[in-house]
Amino acid sequence: MIKVKVNGEERSWDGDPSLPLLWFLRDELGLVGTKFGCGQALCGACTVHVAGTAARSCITAVSDVDGQEVVTIEGLHPQGDHPVQKAWRELNVPQCGFCQAGQIMQAASLLAETKNPSDDEIRGGMAGNICRCGCYQRIEAAVRVAATGT
Amino acid sequence: MTYFQDLSRQAPEGPSFGPVENVSRRGLLKGVTAAGGLVLAASVLPRRAMAAYVTGAGDMPHGVVTDPRVFVSIAPDGIVTIVAHRSEMGTGVRTGLPMIVADEMGADWARVRIVQAPGDEAKYGNQDTDGSRSTRHYLIPMREVGASARTMLETAAAQRWKVPVSEVRAGVHEVVHDGSGRRLGFGELAADAAVLKVPAAETLRLKDPKDFRYIGKGTVSITDLHDITTGRAGYGADVRLPGMKYVVIARPPVVGGKLVSFDDAEAKQVPGVERVMEVRGWPWPSKFQPLGGVAVIARNTGAAIKGRNALKVVWDDGANAKYDSVAYRKELEAAVRAPGLVVRNDGDAEAALKGASTVVVGEYYLPHIAHASMEPPVATALWTDGKIEVWAPVQSPGGTREDLAKTLEISADNVTVSPTLLGGGFGRKSKCDFALEAALLARELKAPVRVQWTREDDLHHDFLHTVSAERIEAGLDKSGKVVAWRHRSAAPSIGSTFAAGATHQIPIELGMGLIDLPFAIANVRCENPEAAAHTRIGWFRSVSNIPRAFAVQSMVAEIAHATGRDPKEVLLELIGPARIVPFSASVEKPWNYGEPVDSYPIDTGRLRGVVELAAEKAGWGRKLPEGHGLGIAVHRSFVSYIATVVEVAVDKKGVVTIPRVDTAVDCGTFVNPERIYSQMEGAAIMGLSIAKLGEVSFKDGRVRQSNYDDYPVVRIDEAPRVTNTYIVPAAAGTPPSGVGEPGVPPFAPALCNAIFAATGKRIRNLPIRDQLAV
Ligand code: FES
Ligand code: FES
Repeated sequence: MIKVKVNGEERSWDGDPSLPLLWFLRDELGLVGTKFGCGQALCGACTVHVAGTAARSCITAVSDVDGQEVVTIEGLHPQGDHPVQKAWRELNVPQCGFCQAGQIMQAASLLAETKNPSDDEIRGGMAGNICRCGCYQRIEAAVRVAATGT
Repeated sequence: MTYFQDLSRQAPEGPSFGPVENVSRRGLLKGVTAAGGLVLAASVLPRRAMAAYVTGAGDMPHGVVTDPRVFVSIAPDGIVTIVAHRSEMGTGVRTGLPMIVADEMGADWARVRIVQAPGDEAKYGNQDTDGSRSTRHYLIPMREVGASARTMLETAAAQRWKVPVSEVRAGVHEVVHDGSGRRLGFGELAADAAVLKVPAAETLRLKDPKDFRYIGKGTVSITDLHDITTGRAGYGADVRLPGMKYVVIARPPVVGGKLVSFDDAEAKQVPGVERVMEVRGWPWPSKFQPLGGVAVIARNTGAAIKGRNALKVVWDDGANAKYDSVAYRKELEAAVRAPGLVVRNDGDAEAALKGASTVVVGEYYLPHIAHASMEPPVATALWTDGKIEVWAPVQSPGGTREDLAKTLEISADNVTVSPTLLGGGFGRKSKCDFALEAALLARELKAPVRVQWTREDDLHHDFLHTVSAERIEAGLDKSGKVVAWRHRSAAPSIGSTFAAGATHQIPIELGMGLIDLPFAIANVRCENPEAAAHTRIGWFRSVSNIPRAFAVQSMVAEIAHATGRDPKEVLLELIGPARIVPFSASVEKPWNYGEPVDSYPIDTGRLRGVVELAAEKAGWGRKLPEGHGLGIAVHRSFVSYIATVVEVAVDKKGVVTIPRVDTAVDCGTFVNPERIYSQMEGAAIMGLSIAKLGEVSFKDGRVRQSNYDDYPVVRIDEAPRVTNTYIVPAAAGTPPSGVGEPGVPPFAPALCNAIFAATGKRIRNLPIRDQLAV
């Protein structure tokens, strides 16, 4: 039996241990905020935090997170007011919005590691997350706003 | 589907049905009714032109509905609920159209709720969210809806106060009697207003635009913004039904192929896999019908994918087994080097070319591209007692409903389509094959079913953007003036998805940048050589405008180079003086994006205007650092005018970066400038993906690309540093025009013209990929 804490709640899984965390979250737990975009760690739509760091849940087996803490977009902030979420709203970042949970989780992880990233650090840190709608200009600006308030 | 009224030849379907929105919000309207408030409910206004201009909206299947009772309800607590009847795929339409209603009726946006309409065109009018049409077709109808609701509220207040209606007026979310200072909130008036007659269209008063509170301001954020940032927004795969089965399907890898046999022994051993079965496919072409194949049914998507990987399937590849992009490119290039079907012929281009002192020739090639919207196709279906309910990210909820009824051979009354949010669409999700798959399986399995496409499925089974060769020959006289223009364009047509053997472009494709060339050239000849399709061709954001704008706008810069002149000056000279350009009389079926030319003529004044604005803002002609270059391109599409200037920097290794993009947009009267900016920023990224990276190619009939590693799209580290957008203020009464698509076409030629300016290398084949590598 695999045990994992998801958004602070103890969860368990006794099915296929190789099941990607993405499908465990979405289909078994009903946490559908985490999105499926590629299944191959190429797009970042499925980004969650494992032990506080951004991870691609589509290539992370449930067994890989046994005993760990996983945070999804639903658990990033109780009211949805993480500085990154607020900055995203302030700058009206999303178009279709589908990539944005992953973008926000990636940005939150980036800022946890690098308090005040340069433009190039933002671009480098966010380059694993595709936005097919092309919201990049605002994503870059919003990470800056989340970091510095401006 | 609405591009294809003439091709699909369907009788318009009958009326009625279903619930609103995705499951969690269903019942909201009902709740409002139960609470005794105003649900302005059902009857249809005669449609009358309220404005000085007419659009093609009335010619769309099921036309336009402007009955306020269809779109607006008001609860006793004052909450105004407005129905969004178009699909939200990132353009902001689900916010924009209700915002028009709210502004016109005087509703306070903070007290407005939006619900999504199910597919029901008899009730809501046409719902096809494509062709960059929603705002241009619905600005006036939505204002009529709002004005009717406002008038009913004002009448109710006047009756309550026993004063003439002329003495009252709607303020913000209330009606005021100026004489006595009395006021009543919309909620307090709702019940009385509900029983009043809907005012006749010709009696409506529309707000003076100077009184708009939301329209044109750009101050309203999209309604789903908070939900998107907190993971609560509902997309296609987010609908969960009790007992739902998770399905992936192995489909024939070649279009027109079919299943021979399969071995599911190993697949069934995968934990979580419950069943494996054949699913029905339709022969090609069959519009949007499913390809068929083998379905793996499991307790979660991960298990279904793993099960499918373990399947052994034998396919019969059928007639397209030899489709090969290398060979096909040669065919297309040969086709444009020989005469083809003449689709426009002004003057005598042949003779003028012969007599020209110089002929500049450009041949351009653009490959298939895939939509690759971030959310792959997905649909959830529930079959109960002969009725089907489908939740899916579809651009055409009404068309999807009709196709479901036909495919399941049931009445449309028994079909409910609830569109979810779309995680991007770009034209792919106008084709509802994935919804049909889910519905067929739900009926077969007698269980709720979710069919999930993987990214590999999405790339392997897309309705691809066409592949094209474009050849332009421009004949110049001694002074360098262009006196002849022959443009041959060969590409498999979207028509081939609807009818076997279609080898020529259909009018809507010819009208996208070929026969509508607005240049002041006396002798113009456009030809369309044959090109057979070997895969499913569909429309992709801005469609045939992509190859045509690339060819035409590259050619302009090639002519400038050949004559040693400034590309912007040559462009303006070719456009000629400000004037209205009629469609050439030689064109059999001109296409003006479905719009009447009286309201939406080809206006070279506006075309010139955006060229000049973009150039001025970009500092055209400014001194640039070593390795930098500026390129310009302009294109009219979806009856809007857009010019883009790209600045590139090409380093010693040939790596291209983009310091800056400046885009000028003339889309007439506009509703939400903030979303116009976001569309233009996104169009630059998509244009850059097309120019630099995008290619789907075939070998042995199969798509060679599978995921974002071999079908790369632009990432943030390659994005332009700055994209500036300038919106041309609309002259009073200018009809609104498209925004979602027309930003795309000018980008690639502007970029390649900039690369030429920077390096002297002319890119004629897309994508650029490593063509500049040194
Ligand atoms: S779905 Fe995991 S990175 Fe794309
Ligand atoms: S907002 Fe649509 S993919 Fe990013």
